[in-house]
Amino acid sequence: MTVRIGVVTFPGTLDDRDTQRAVRIAGAEPVPLWHRDKDLKQAEAIVLPGGFSYGDYLRAGAISRFSPVMEAVVAAARDGMPVLGICNGFQLLTETHLLPGAMLRNNHLHFVCRDQKLRVENAGTAWTADYTAGQEISIPLKNIDGRYVADERTLDELEAEGRVAFRYAGWNPNGSLRDIAGIANAAGNVVGLMPHPEHAVEPLIGTGGTDGLGFFTSILRKLVNV
Amino acid sequence: MTLDTVSHAAGTPETALPWAELGLKEDEYERIREILGRRPTGAELAMYSVMWSEHCSYKSSKVHLKQFGEKAPETDALLVGIGENAGVVDVGQGYAVTFKVESHNHPSYIEPYQGAATGVGGIVRDILAMGARPVAVMDPLRFGAADHPDTKRVLPGVVAGIGGYGNCLGLPNIGGEVVFDPCYQGNPLVNALCVGVMKHEDIHLAKASGAGNKVILYGARTGGDGIGGVSVLASETFDSTKPAKRPAVQVGDPFQEKLLIECTLEIFREDLVAGIQDLGGAGLSCATSELASAGSGGMRVELDTVPLRDSSLSPEEILMSESQERMCAIVEPGKVDRFLEICEKWDVIATVIGEVTEGEQLEIFWHGDKIVDVPPRSVAHEGPTYHRPYARPDWQDALQADDAGALPRPESGEELRKHVLQVVASPNQASKSWITDQYDRFVQGNTVLAQPEDAGMVRIDEESNLGVAVSTDGNGRYTKLDPYTGAQLALAESYRNVAAAGAKPLAVSDCLNFGSPEDPAVMWQFAEATRGLADACLELGTPVTGGNVSLYNQTGETAIHPTPVVAVLGVIDDVHRRTPMGFAEDGQLIYLLGDTRDELGGSAWSQVVHDHLGGLPPRVDLERERLLAEILVAASRDGMIDAAHDLSDGGLAQALTESCLKGGHGARIVVPDSIDPFVLLFSESAGRAIVTVPRSEEVRFNDMCGARGLPVTRIGIVDGDGIDVQGQFVLPLAELREAHEATIPALLA
Amino acid sequence: MARVVVDVMLKPEILDPQGQAVQRALPRLGYQGISDVRQGKRFELEVEGPVDDAALTRIREMAETFLANTVIEDFAVKVES
Repeated sequence: MTVRIGVVTFPGTLDDRDTQRAVRIAGAEPVPLWHRDKDLKQAEAIVLPGGFSYGDYLRAGAISRFSPVMEAVVAAARDGMPVLGICNGFQLLTETHLLPGAMLRNNHLHFVCRDQKLRVENAGTAWTADYTAGQEISIPLKNIDGRYVADERTLDELEAEGRVAFRYAGWNPNGSLRDIAGIANAAGNVVGLMPHPEHAVEPLIGTGGTDGLGFFTSILRKLVNV
Repeated sequence: MTLDTVSHAAGTPETALPWAELGLKEDEYERIREILGRRPTGAELAMYSVMWSEHCSYKSSKVHLKQFGEKAPETDALLVGIGENAGVVDVGQGYAVTFKVESHNHPSYIEPYQGAATGVGGIVRDILAMGARPVAVMDPLRFGAADHPDTKRVLPGVVAGIGGYGNCLGLPNIGGEVVFDPCYQGNPLVNALCVGVMKHEDIHLAKASGAGNKVILYGARTGGDGIGGVSVLASETFDSTKPAKRPAVQVGDPFQEKLLIECTLEIFREDLVAGIQDLGGAGLSCATSELASAGSGGMRVELDTVPLRDSSLSPEEILMSESQERMCAIVEPGKVDRFLEICEKWDVIATVIGEVTEGEQLEIFWHGDKIVDVPPRSVAHEGPTYHRPYARPDWQDALQADDAGALPRPESGEELRKHVLQVVASPNQASKSWITDQYDRFVQGNTVLAQPEDAGMVRIDEESNLGVAVSTDGNGRYTKLDPYTGAQLALAESYRNVAAAGAKPLAVSDCLNFGSPEDPAVMWQFAEATRGLADACLELGTPVTGGNVSLYNQTGETAIHPTPVVAVLGVIDDVHRRTPMGFAEDGQLIYLLGDTRDELGGSAWSQVVHDHLGGLPPRVDLERERLLAEILVAASRDGMIDAAHDLSDGGLAQALTESCLKGGHGARIVVPDSIDPFVLLFSESAGRAIVTVPRSEEVRFNDMCGARGLPVTRIGIVDGDGIDVQGQFVLPLAELREAHEATIPALLA
Repeated sequence: MARVVVDVMLKPEILDPQGQAVQRALPRLGYQGISDVRQGKRFELEVEGPVDDAALTRIREMAETFLANTVIEDFAVKVES
């Protein structure tokens, strides 16, 4: 039986079709979810893809967090369902408080699109099991509101609990505190990051690397083994 | 307020109208009276004035543009030609591709961010209106001197606007140009290109036919955007209590546009429209008159049903408003409900504002009173035509006589090295990644090649790996020296770029940026450039599918360099065969294809080192360009080359720099005995490219070029971590990278 | 130290996509009765020395040439003690 992974589309979501493709390439079945959906259509994991939901007006993720589908996603995440937020999806996860902290405008104030090196800090989450801790991967980064901030106590807590999942390596592209590129919740089922693994799943396309595929194979392996 | 209805106009023939303030000439106004058999109403005058403007009617340029049709090469590839929102090209496997480049120059100078943003929005809607999903954008840009304070105002705003809008739409930005020259100081050029993909059967046309079909306006509400000019009608003639000025600046809402794209594509999938048109310049005036004119003629519109953002707008203003993110569709009555349902799903406002009628008149009503009753063709397609006088300027001979070949040249290897660094670090030749890194090039997950590659390339079918490549080029300096040749060189370079990436060039779109057509010298440049471009398109077998003309690009009496920007679209059967420009592997052989002559007129070297513009541009040999392109495509298809890079501005020095830095490998160059090292490095002779050939392919590659008659010279080998021109100089890649990459951030960041 | 506040708003006739998106979201969240929302920027300037006519003139000039883009935005200057 194939594993069903839900990919949510909000008005203004951009990377939903790319994420569906990545899910397919990894061997799972993508289930398109619309922001007005109230149930998750038997999806066993959820990806909140990148983009500019509601134009990122007010704040990134501030309007989409009130969508009907997010009620279901938040409830399921609290019950342990794996949820991955990429870029706008990460911003949304912080707005819903599934993950701590917030995202501000990049310190240089520009949109930045580049091939970014990351260090995998936690290979124990639902979405990172196919990597090894300390591994360096290279995947595209593209955002204008990508500067991760949280208060010192929260940052210390994240570090102490091993919940910093990814750190920028080589160069911090946006002024994120402690070079944080992605974090996990305490249970390890909810992960958010700014860079885009779904854009690094095929040789030749994008950066030409496939370092992002591990996110999708990790979750597939976990769900198949359940 | 007295409503100026048709019957009121018929009864008050002597009422004076502000036709001159609206930019109409006296004879044009007389012609309108003649067409209507009475004086126009205020609303009619507004429509005619904007539709007969240079921007909408092409009245100065169309006598020249018709050559693109008359000289069009025979081709089966063209599915839709000039005259629609954009041309459509057959790329095989049942796919059709539409692409177009357009200008948004003047708005971008007034308000750089919004001007550039709405430029992207406009061209994307043009592509969407053809029935296609937009898949990529590109932006050819030109600014004043890089170190001029105003450039620091305009450029970051334009770049942020393109990024802010395009990134939010989810369209990868895969190429374009950034050129600096003092001639663009008060008049930057902001051109925007979009490519879209559809199946053949999905092509839609801007046509209103079938009496009883409904006219649906959908998208953003209508506000007072971009109607500064027409406000004279509302405020001065008919109602003095109105705000005296409406904003000339349109503000874009990319979120609304993204919804409009997805909503429209869903509407296409269910086959719900009989005709469709986007609203751009001249807004509803243009959309209704063009749709009716291209169809059976009759249309009735209830203007008071248009959803407004500002309830104080007069009917004239509603007709003229250039509010963004709006489309107009013709829908059969039985399909209206489903159409509205899809719009509701996407939170897009949609309103039935009228219907197609049996007659031949476009009739517009305001709360039941008829305020427009015109033959739509007379508004949309039968505007005035000017045969503007043109004459070769008297300074042209002196300019051409001022030969760049006579400029002092470097006399030692050390000096040559200095000039190489100077050229590759100059603002025009320097890396533009500070700019292009502000654009999303990865979204949609189909980008195969993007800037700084010769051409952008996207995959359009995930199963077969079919792809398309697009490049834009233009060189105002060459065109100033010789407009006929300069336009041909722009085409040749763009064509060559597409081939260097491994794609077969198929079709052309152009954006012709010139000064005032009222200046006979400018008109001569325009006439020569269009003649050159049309001749070259015929010879290369690449038809012009559409484009745009932007005139009056000048500050006071001084026109910009004539700047035809030429986009070429190519197709590649399997994107795995694409050729990148970076040198990938030590030991591969570097070949220079084509002939290098002593040609420095208009060159980057003459500009950077001597601040000089004079002489003649490089010669054009279109037969050679075609052969070179065939070789580049064949060599890529058969796996004989691993990298290719076109030679153009900055010559071999520039090409080697870019290929070495991109691939992270150096090059050892041996200057052939037959050629001077300076000429080898800086000549800008056309019809040339460099390629790297794995040793195992050398014999096969040489045989192919020999058999086809293309001169090739082995000039070196990929090796080391610097550019080593033997017997002349060595330049470490680190030093080269610093020079090439630091310039733009230092000027603008 | 005195504080001078400069409020910058899009001109009334200019489209405000951000305000519109917020306004459209309100009914979904159960907030009725808001017919329009416009979003602006607020600058708080800590002024050294007295806020006299000369200082205000300079601040207005600053607002006009720098803080606001008067092609599309209006501004208002007010003194807070």
